[in-house]
Amino acid sequence: MHHLQVRDLSSAYGPLTVLKGVNLTLRKGEVVALIGPSGSGKSTILRVLMGLTPPTAGEVRVDGTIIDYRSSASIRAARERMAIVFQQYNLFQNMDVMRNVTIAPVKIKGRPRREVEAEAERLLAKVGLADKHRAYPEELSGGQQQRVAIARALALKPEILLLDEVTSALDPELVNEVLDTIRGLAAEGMTMLIVSHEMGFVREVASKVVMMDKGQVVEEGTPREIFDTPRTDRAREFVGKILRH
Amino acid sequence: MNYTFQFGVAFAQLPELLKGAVLTFELGLLTFWGGALIGLLGASLKTFGGAVLRRLAGIYVIFFTNTPALIQIYFLYFGLPEVGILWDKFTCTLIGLTLNAGAYLTEIMRAGFISVRRTEMEAAETLGMSVWQQIRFVIVPHIAKAIYPALANFFVVILVMGTSVGAVIGVDELTGQAINISTENYRWLEMFTLVAGIYVVLTLVASLSLALVGRWAFRVKAKVF
Amino acid sequence: MIERLAGEIPRFFTLQKLVLLLEAMGTTLAMTVIGCVLGFLLAFGIVFLRQTPGPLALPIRLAAILYVEIFRRIPFLVVIYLVLFFIQAFVSNASLFAIAVIAICIYSTAYTADIIRGGFESVARQQTEAAAAMNFSRWQTLVSVIVPQSWPVILPPAVAFAVGFIKDTALVSQVGVFELTFRGKELNNEGFSGLLVFGTIAFLYFAMSYPLSRWGRWLEQRLASSPSKRPQQRLRPAHRP
Repeated sequence: MHHLQVRDLSSAYGPLTVLKGVNLTLRKGEVVALIGPSGSGKSTILRVLMGLTPPTAGEVRVDGTIIDYRSSASIRAARERMAIVFQQYNLFQNMDVMRNVTIAPVKIKGRPRREVEAEAERLLAKVGLADKHRAYPEELSGGQQQRVAIARALALKPEILLLDEVTSALDPELVNEVLDTIRGLAAEGMTMLIVSHEMGFVREVASKVVMMDKGQVVEEGTPREIFDTPRTDRAREFVGKILRH
Repeated sequence: MNYTFQFGVAFAQLPELLKGAVLTFELGLLTFWGGALIGLLGASLKTFGGAVLRRLAGIYVIFFTNTPALIQIYFLYFGLPEVGILWDKFTCTLIGLTLNAGAYLTEIMRAGFISVRRTEMEAAETLGMSVWQQIRFVIVPHIAKAIYPALANFFVVILVMGTSVGAVIGVDELTGQAINISTENYRWLEMFTLVAGIYVVLTLVASLSLALVGRWAFRVKAKVF
Repeated sequence: MIERLAGEIPRFFTLQKLVLLLEAMGTTLAMTVIGCVLGFLLAFGIVFLRQTPGPLALPIRLAAILYVEIFRRIPFLVVIYLVLFFIQAFVSNASLFAIAVIAICIYSTAYTADIIRGGFESVARQQTEAAAAMNFSRWQTLVSVIVPQSWPVILPPAVAFAVGFIKDTALVSQVGVFELTFRGKELNNEGFSGLLVFGTIAFLYFAMSYPLSRWGRWLEQRLASSPSKRPQQRLRPAHRP
């Protein structure tokens, strides 16, 4: 059984169709990368999965269980199993790093504070921010904030991690520290769905690459297949443009 | 609860109330324009005047924005007769409200004056415009557009808050009429509910028209809601 | 006239009258503070109701919107009378002070609700999304994320409104509450010069309003430069030529 299965997913915003019948599967421990031009719907898929944007058609299953995005109970259940890291990190500006990481597990999941804080210390050390517990987001660099965001997502103990262009808003020098963190998670076997522009990284860490354009899946395959031998014209065009960097 | 609603009685008095509404509107218009003239003068003094004039304008503004309009009106109505000036209720209310409005409008207009950037004036100058032309074609339109939303909003505020104060000394504007009629038919709740409704309609119509005028004349998006 | 005033002043500025006026000032301030603070709290409730999601909650949202739009468009004097007669229809001997406070509360709730709504909307939508993605309830999001971040935007205008309201309480004299304007009318009726009485009353209102409005502006400065308002981190380096 697939860890995550997306079937025929569509989402529309008024007359504008953002996703058209998208199919996607993830096995446990698999890292799948979504690539494609801006506006192709990559981020929308993640948003729909997290219940932030409603789907208009299609089916999503986690470990075989269907998620009904019309039911708030079902959405809550989905959010217990998946966590998302945003492009803009979206750390809570009014809380320090430790509180950002611990607030959801303690206040929402009801886990004991001591336990969560110990876990948070471990996670922050893991992302390389052991000494920043009391810092506020505005005092941190973009790369540091993003790593806190990753720690915050991990503190929820998700089964599946969704990463939405997490390095796109960062200065180039700060990108690597975040990629290192993700590399580590992949090595540990975390099931991840990554939207990214970092083609070198995608090639290295993803076991499957899915290319999207205009709300549809254009082609999917291993990184080698997509980057070296794209089959469709559209994929060839896209890969040609981006790999010229 | 030993009170039976009789809205029919209240509605029968609608014509009388509407007479009051007309007075409310008149009072509002006169107050606004009088206040605007004062505001223009005050803003000019505060922006371009010498230290003394700026001080005086400042004192005027601070005094009138920190004391209640009602007290200002009481001062005129009960105090002036002692020095031989006998103004009627309407006049006292009008003058009091106008002086009050003038203080607030001074600040609104001053904000408009300040918002004109030097660069705009320099550009106009390099285009060969005389000072008078600069004022007419660059400064005034800019200020008018910048402060229009604030002015429109202030007019509605005067209409709603300001004018009703007159009722306290017996002016027969909308609230005053409601009091007059209620003292006779004892249908206070119904009358005032009806009057509340009329005020809502009055202010909505005023806001809407002003917003439309703003969009048409200045391409300004003034808020209705 | 000067002679008349000169004669009245010693009779006017007696200790007894001073105490009376000070008490009246106290009543004015008390009404304003209690009414506006209650109004502030209730306004949070109104905004919360107004943001209830879902088609079933439409009547609630509508009610919240209507409440604000209606009571912002009715003169305070009319609100006072409505509250007075409405309450007296049920409780014939209700305290006039309580009636005044209720009227102030109802009125300030409507005005403050807009201020609060503006404050909430000033917090980036992404903050709300991050909270939603972690299963925060609407209430938890408000309390933990939105309210703390919107203080600097909400507090100054709300305080300014309350301070400004001190002047509007003068209308409450119409229902017989023993506040400053009421005492003024009393003294004038006793025969004291209108110029003297209302000049003094005006000055006393000024003494309450002006310092508090200066304090309000200080508060605004203070909140604007608090740590949470330090310049945001640059996301990308500026291009150097």
